[in-house]
Amino acid sequence: MEYSEKVMDHFMNPRNIGEIEDASGVGLVGNAKCGDIMKVYLQIEDGIIKDAKFRTFGCGAAVATSSMATELVKGKNIQEALQVTNKAVMEALDGLPPVKVHCSCLAEEALHAALWDYAKKNNIVIEGLKEPVQDIDELHHHQ
Amino acid sequence: MKTKIYMDHAATTPVRPEVLQEILPYFTEYYGNASGIYGIAKESKKALEKAREQVAAGIGAKASEIYFTAGGSESDNMALRGVAQARRQKGNHIITTKIEHHAILHTCEYLEKNGYDVTYLDVDTDGKIRLDDLKAAIRPETILISVMFANNEIGTIEPIAEIGQIAREKGIYFHTDAVQAMGHVEIDVDKMQIDLLSISGHKLGAPKGIGAIYIRSGIQVSPLIFGGAQERKMRAGTENIPGIVGLGKAVELAVAELPETKERLEKMRDRLISGILENIPHSRLNGHPTDRLPGNCNVSFEFIEGESMLLLLDALGVAASSGSACTSGSLDPSHVLLAIGLPHEKAHGSLRLTLDMDNTEEDIDFVLEKLPPLVARLREMSPLGHDAE
Repeated sequence: MEYSEKVMDHFMNPRNIGEIEDASGVGLVGNAKCGDIMKVYLQIEDGIIKDAKFRTFGCGAAVATSSMATELVKGKNIQEALQVTNKAVMEALDGLPPVKVHCSCLAEEALHAALWDYAKKNNIVIEGLKEPVQDIDELHHHQ
Repeated sequence: MKTKIYMDHAATTPVRPEVLQEILPYFTEYYGNASGIYGIAKESKKALEKAREQVAAGIGAKASEIYFTAGGSESDNMALRGVAQARRQKGNHIITTKIEHHAILHTCEYLEKNGYDVTYLDVDTDGKIRLDDLKAAIRPETILISVMFANNEIGTIEPIAEIGQIAREKGIYFHTDAVQAMGHVEIDVDKMQIDLLSISGHKLGAPKGIGAIYIRSGIQVSPLIFGGAQERKMRAGTENIPGIVGLGKAVELAVAELPETKERLEKMRDRLISGILENIPHSRLNGHPTDRLPGNCNVSFEFIEGESMLLLLDALGVAASSGSACTSGSLDPSHVLLAIGLPHEKAHGSLRLTLDMDNTEEDIDFVLEKLPPLVARLREMSPLGHDAE
């Protein structure tokens, strides 16, 4: 198993690490049991994603996909952000080893969860967005 | 990144120069098939029997009780499947542990599918089996007890002599996978009442692809590989003479140097362990604090994941390993770490550093300097534990 140069770059120098205070939407997905947890923060103004940050517990691929996914959604409107799928993240990273593909799915889920949170807070419906499947039970006993 | 500091000796070791030197003539000069009767074949036969003596001497056995194999996995397979088949009339029950190497566990699963019953003993939080559990698991149809000498991940050394005593009293064969222990811990098959024992060459400075099994004389084992009459018909196939010569030499050297190696490695290991535990909050040692392999350090860091650690260490030129799911190729972390009671997230955050004689005090200094900021960096990236710090 070997990571592409892009994956290693986004793992060694991750973009957008951190939190956004009073974020418009926050998404938390994954679980500690399987070894990956992603938390994505979005700042949305006038329907445009102005800023995106993340924190990730996980392997190199999990960090790199979080980094790339947050990069890809910045500056996009919500419908465009929904096009940032696991496939798009993977392509932007020049691919992932087969056993790591689930990490790119987690990045998409985290983005969707943050958008869902935003929609819920603002009482709006985002077309094409489904309620995220979250399994964060393991996280709570840490906090 | 080019590896500057190798701390994964439990995975494999470099071939020792003294070993390589012994091996080389057997590739091109003394290449004869040991089964022949001409001069060059006799050289191979002589080398084969010398190596058998060397390996036997290393564990207090007779040369006639040593059989060469292609490695630790083959030896483990031979012990389990060979005894299971040979003693089928007596019974179908095998006792092992939850922390064995997959060469044992997956062989047991295979046997379970073929009419055998296997008990997997639990271990305590340090990774040791409880002798009372072992005694309670024994049944009239128990034919074999297989408990590893020392664990490859957490380094815990099992109470082998006590297990041998229990097995002998009950007339049950006792096998131990000594792949990690050989050359690092004193082994005496008579004192410890061991009936079968697995050895691997590449864990102690011999090449990969060579191993041995000790089978006490009188113990019934069916062969796995049929063909020629090599190894007294117990293991067919033209002998890997260069590998065998290397294994003999490596065992001889390791056993002769053992007291000195053990002292030096234990000192380095303990400095590494205490340095990590003192300087990194929310860290813990996995495995027994004192009854552990001289070169084994296994620690868990909360809130971070193992593969990320390995990638950052690799970028610094340090080779190490982890029990995280991402490094095991499955979604579950190491079965050993789960067996000692670690919750999944702590098992994912484990780091194993295994030392040998080519490591230096400077290597330890380097890791102790680089590891705390590396862990802090990953914790900063993690959504977990920010309230705890």
